[in-house]
Amino acid sequence: MDDPALAAIAANRFGLGARPGELARVGKDPRGAVGAQLAGGAPQLQDAALKSSADILSQALQLRRERRAARTDASANADAAAVMKVAQLYKPIYADETSARIRAALATERPFVERLTYFWNNHFAISVDKAVVLGLAGSFEREAIRPHVLGSFSEMLLAATRHPAMLLYLDNQISIGPHSQLAERAARHASERRLGINENLAREILELRTLGVAGGYTQADVTSFAQILTGWSIGAESGRLADGKSGEFVFRQEMHEPGAQHVLGKRYAEDGVAQGVTVLSDLAQHPATAHFIATKLARHFIADEPPQRAIEHLTRAFRDSRGDLPTLYGALIALRECWAQTFAKFKTPAEYIISSLRGLELPENFADKARAAFALLGQRIYAPGSPAGWPDRSADWDGASAVLKRIEWADALGQKMGTHRDAAQLAPEWLGAGMSAATQTSIARAASGSQALTLLLTAPEFMRR
Amino acid sequence: MRLIKRREFLAGAALATGGMLLTTGIAFAGSGTRRRFVFVILRGALDGLAAVPPYGDADYARLRGEVALAAPGAPRGALQLDGLFGLHPSLAFLHESFAAQELVVFHAVATPYRERSHFDGQDVLENGCARAHAVQTGWINRALAALPPNHAVRRGELGIALGQNVPLVMRGPAPVASWSPSHLAALDEDTLQRITDRYSTDALLSQRLADALATQSVASAALDEPLMDGAADERVPAQLLAQREAGNIRRGAPYKEIIHATAGFLRSDDGPRVAVFDASGWDTHANEGGAEGQLAARLAALDAGLRTLKEELGPVWRDTAVMVVTEFGRTAAVNGTRGTDHGTAAAAFLLGGAVDGGRVIAKWPGLSARALYQGRDLAPTLDLHSVLKGLLADHLQVPTRALETSVFPDSAAVKPLRGLVRA
Repeated sequence: MDDPALAAIAANRFGLGARPGELARVGKDPRGAVGAQLAGGAPQLQDAALKSSADILSQALQLRRERRAARTDASANADAAAVMKVAQLYKPIYADETSARIRAALATERPFVERLTYFWNNHFAISVDKAVVLGLAGSFEREAIRPHVLGSFSEMLLAATRHPAMLLYLDNQISIGPHSQLAERAARHASERRLGINENLAREILELRTLGVAGGYTQADVTSFAQILTGWSIGAESGRLADGKSGEFVFRQEMHEPGAQHVLGKRYAEDGVAQGVTVLSDLAQHPATAHFIATKLARHFIADEPPQRAIEHLTRAFRDSRGDLPTLYGALIALRECWAQTFAKFKTPAEYIISSLRGLELPENFADKARAAFALLGQRIYAPGSPAGWPDRSADWDGASAVLKRIEWADALGQKMGTHRDAAQLAPEWLGAGMSAATQTSIARAASGSQALTLLLTAPEFMRR
Repeated sequence: MRLIKRREFLAGAALATGGMLLTTGIAFAGSGTRRRFVFVILRGALDGLAAVPPYGDADYARLRGEVALAAPGAPRGALQLDGLFGLHPSLAFLHESFAAQELVVFHAVATPYRERSHFDGQDVLENGCARAHAVQTGWINRALAALPPNHAVRRGELGIALGQNVPLVMRGPAPVASWSPSHLAALDEDTLQRITDRYSTDALLSQRLADALATQSVASAALDEPLMDGAADERVPAQLLAQREAGNIRRGAPYKEIIHATAGFLRSDDGPRVAVFDASGWDTHANEGGAEGQLAARLAALDAGLRTLKEELGPVWRDTAVMVVTEFGRTAAVNGTRGTDHGTAAAAFLLGGAVDGGRVIAKWPGLSARALYQGRDLAPTLDLHSVLKGLLADHLQVPTRALETSVFPDSAAVKPLRGLVRA
């Protein structure tokens, strides 16, 4: 394959879709252009309005206290309705976070790193259909994912697991060891409620974040790991369970199940929070994890059913580097399979929207309007609906209704922008040497500027990356 | 390929529907063409012991503690089915359907899947095989492929998925439609024609676009457009129309829009016969609640949705069977966070005018420590595949040979459960 087609792959498959001028900048060394984006530390979102998860959670806890006090204190002039609901706190935060994320996608000069951020955020998926996640999904990505995208898998796994958003999403903050101090105290007080574990977080770490469902763990491993993770919780500065800093990760010794546990045949001695940290570190180095991550990465960058050779190559790179992510990305860029065929992957709705906005060079203030498009086309930001994250195969996104909606959205955009953008000029900027003669002809023969733009946005090449 | 203009499509659909009115009940005498099937997937693992509490089991209250439902008769107690089982108090419509002998309740039922991953569990529920990822097609699609062609049905699409994309259970060789509500403007016909022309060399996109436009024309006729001479009004109960005009049916309410569409498609005589949709949010690991609470609210919404489906299907309800299933059940005991973790056997529902109901079908394994599967879950005693095989054979007349070989390929040893629908 000649160089011009490779530039289109660099910008569209590795990146987020070519902006005018981008293919020219990629130039004759597409692999080098992709690899160069890995230099310079992990980019953070630049937006002073964005708050930390600890701030957001403390504010939410405060609101909840005020509402409770107002409800129970009927004598005072308190009015529960006057106190803001937690959901009212979260909604504008979600809007600010998603706008900042879209703006970054439009502006970034390192789209490969941004794509990798999305990939990992989806690997450690949390979903805003659980109410508390609405306020925390953005800060989760900024705090647990972005800092580690160019670091090590092991560190990202630890950061994501102990992040309050993950603990809340998978209900671990209230998971209590059945022989913990707290449970024994409750038993002495003849509490009716049995305190105990919740295995949600432990199971999903094994199944979705590390080994994969075929990774060889058993129900007993899930239960033991859940016992180990008891006490991984969130701080509160007042109330019955005051401990740690409000809204931040805290290890609650009194909730933790004491004693040694066995996971995957290995004994983990009682060691407080370090017991769980050690299990996570071992899971990150497990060969099944290397294979699971390699398969997902190959599926994302090569094809829905990636060739075995490519998976093995990436598995080795992950294993040999002990999960060093830049090394893994280097191995990915070097794979000839990634560069063998243009437009091999059907874009997800999010990829389609972002590449359209980038290609049209829409101004950053368009981000607010763009947010609705993600939901409309079936991929509301931070809402994959389950901890498995968004699927990554064509069949999951190419339903008839989904394709028609994409076309209708493209047409609306084409009509809006048709008098401001020249599709014939943009087409080679977006698709490069990958553009077919049929697409070129259909744009050239369009009846109007807006129709031409619709035809470019709906071209088979642009539906894929 | 030339595209039929949508206005012609619309006109055709309207005429077809008008013509149907004159001949309702006699044009499609063969039950294979008349019968409707709706498959509802409750993703996330519904707690069967909460939805169908075995209040008469001595171990039930002990395992469920503070979220155990009270026996029938108590305030917000279970709704009685028989001396052992009740329904969650949120399931009032299902309870009425049971009394009307239009509901079969299955308990301790499971697919062959015995692990506890949602995603593999759903894969097995949909692929119809004994293990996850065995095939990339679904059992409903393969069942449709085994039926003789039905020329009354537009484009031969016997199945429809309500949603932007087609779930695995509906993927496969048989042509199926997918539909979801759109609030975007339609394209002008010239632009649409040009896109269609451009897609002519792209197998995937040309197929998808053609499918979508065809479905959309049925949808316009069945759902939105007032039909000529008030024909649509006759098919929808007057009470419902009044409610709709009064704005009492909230479009955004859970399931409402999807169920409205499902009913619209299934009412059309040239529309699909089989519909699939999802309802999610059943993964109740924490603060599940009992007679009130998180799960109670979701069950109430599902129950209301199914009631709407019956109302909107009107006379078609008597030919309809609705199967409501989940990928697996939840732990028998409540966990440490007032919820339940992933389990094994679950409950399932079959309802509709075609259903020979008023029965609970369960070989109850009990909830004693010894009876529980792996010491923690309700033990499976009924193979979901036997239910589905019997249903497909009796309701849709899927040939036995196809059921044994292509539809449920690993199920030769599983006897179909016959007699679930009225002859």
